Amino acid sequence: MKPFVVHTGVVAPLDRVNVDTDAIIPKQFLKRIERSGFGQFLFFEWRFTPDGKEIESFVLNQPEYRNSTVLLARNNFGCGSSREHAPWALLDFGFRAIIAPSFADIFYNNCFKNGILPIKLSEEQVDELFKRAQSKKGYQLTIDLQEQVVRDDEGLSYPFEVDPYRRYCLLNGLDDIGITLQYEDKIAAYEAKHNPMPSNLQ
Amino acid sequence: MKPRTMFEKIWDNHVIHEEPGKPSLLYIDLHMVHEVTSPQAFEGLRMAGRKVRRPDLTFATMDHNVPTADRFNVKDPISRQQMETLTKNCKEFGITLADLNSPDQGIVHVIGPDLGLTLPGKTIVCGDSHTSTHGAFGALAFGIGTSEVEHVLATQCLQQLKPKTMEVRVNGELPFGVTAKDLILAIIAKFGTDFATGYVIEYTGEAIRKLTMEERMTVCNMSIEAGARAGMIAPDQTTFDYLRGRRYAPKGEEFDKAVEKWKQLATDEGATFDAVVEIDASEIAPQVTWGTSPGMGTDITKCVPDPESFENPTQRKAAYDALRYMGLTPGTPMTEIKIDRVFIGSCTNGRIEDLRRAAAVAKGRKVAPHVHAMVVPGSQRVKEQAEKEGLDVIFKEAGFDWRDSGCSMCLAMNPDVLSEGERCASTSNRNFEGRQGRGGRTHLVSPEMAAAAAIAGHFVDVREWLKDSKEVLQ
Repeated sequence: MKPFVVHTGVVAPLDRVNVDTDAIIPKQFLKRIERSGFGQFLFFEWRFTPDGKEIESFVLNQPEYRNSTVLLARNNFGCGSSREHAPWALLDFGFRAIIAPSFADIFYNNCFKNGILPIKLSEEQVDELFKRAQSKKGYQLTIDLQEQVVRDDEGLSYPFEVDPYRRYCLLNGLDDIGITLQYEDKIAAYEAKHNPMPSNLQ
Repeated sequence: MKPRTMFEKIWDNHVIHEEPGKPSLLYIDLHMVHEVTSPQAFEGLRMAGRKVRRPDLTFATMDHNVPTADRFNVKDPISRQQMETLTKNCKEFGITLADLNSPDQGIVHVIGPDLGLTLPGKTIVCGDSHTSTHGAFGALAFGIGTSEVEHVLATQCLQQLKPKTMEVRVNGELPFGVTAKDLILAIIAKFGTDFATGYVIEYTGEAIRKLTMEERMTVCNMSIEAGARAGMIAPDQTTFDYLRGRRYAPKGEEFDKAVEKWKQLATDEGATFDAVVEIDASEIAPQVTWGTSPGMGTDITKCVPDPESFENPTQRKAAYDALRYMGLTPGTPMTEIKIDRVFIGSCTNGRIEDLRRAAAVAKGRKVAPHVHAMVVPGSQRVKEQAEKEGLDVIFKEAGFDWRDSGCSMCLAMNPDVLSEGERCASTSNRNFEGRQGRGGRTHLVSPEMAAAAAIAGHFVDVREWLKDSKEVLQ
């Protein structure tokens, strides 16, 4: 996993609540068996007409947001299906951070597994960021995970909270499985003591 | 010992390692796997040279891509590849697979309980958000992403931050003709689609205790639509009666011993939840959603709301967007909304009891000429049972399309898809834009309401009809 320390990028404002993972990556693209290449399908039904033409009004089709790497959204972002294809598509498109007042649990968790930083800010702060991102072309934010702060070049500075352990793993790009396997003796001891199956599956 | 909630007891029973400031390492008793969220996880194992730690605690099936009309004729080559990949992976890693040839095949959340794999007190995960279904048995069950699927395959554990607990207390009794689906839709409409984010819900109260296992599964299934990590219901005699004799449940004396242990799982007197909400079941009416989020629902007796009635500007905008997508006008009575399609099935409402209830409404009636109505059993066993009871004949005589099992049009990954602008009464769990097909318009309802809508060609208050069906059934 690619570590996340400090990131500066253009902010794409996606002004909708309850953006679900079906919207982020529609089901017809879940059939691939790789982790890569999902970016072209991100927000597919909002980005493209049924015959494959770009829908101009959609934020990511506007020239100033094509290279955005920070996504600004509303409440309950990432709700719905557990599909990790959603963060894979966001990452593959180029997003490294998502800012919203709240996130759905599974999506939030999946982001950290893929080197994307989801940031929760208050609704007032998110409103302010929408105002700035919608009024200034190429509006950029710098996200500093070390310092836990979001900044722009006009003096805005919003500190944010993140679970310390998740922060540590993201800063260092650590692989969870490797960490867990350090406790293999404890896992084996648990299995010996509890015999996890009341009856054998096989 | 300090009084504990059921969630805390199960959590404590499964913690392998914990230290301050870090997630806990939690042991997983049952890992269910399907074709869509697993290929990249197996690939990850292969790349790292890892094995599946406990293939015996892992159970796989194929459900999302499966055609329901001509099931062995998978026309989409990518769907076929995904199913073939699962077969190959299960063989390579030694995992039991209920494939298309197996009588056990079905939606992962239907077959787990049906086979007795789902048991009280277990930790259960699957790369699917509706894993919350299994909580109906007093298990801690939740959906995970593919990275976590790989993690469980490799270690049989998960690193988890401890969620908070919430009691959803359902007082009173559900009125005649009002179902578990209406109850959970009403809960989400009342409290919102994110009121339980960060929490594990325990459903309690008189109305919950009276629910059958199938009904409890419907409620727990849609906990995720309330934002919850998991939903649970304490096991009781209803649970034990359902489980006795199931294939993977303990047998004989072992079962009785297990029951004694399971009885200890209930939340202790005096234990506290981090949050409590209450709802009065007796005030709930059959529900229909009007928007593109499961919380956008109302009583069948009401009208499509006016977006201007929402005080919060973000919600107001969401309501305008939703009505535009749904092609609905504020003030239209819900009973005047005409439909084109009906889908009865899914991990929410594809169990035998759901089909019985829908059949009771359909019996002796005919599907409206302009409606295509589909019944998709949740598993091949549910299908077999329904056919034994003659439900298939009732449905077919009424003009319903009787199918093989699978996830089908709940998420439309297989050929069962809505066309642009088509309006569907669906017993599934999500009415998101495009969920059942690009431009498709989904209204979430109970099986009874879906069957009645199929016949009338528009939504109806099924309570009027059920009075008659009740007589027929008796």
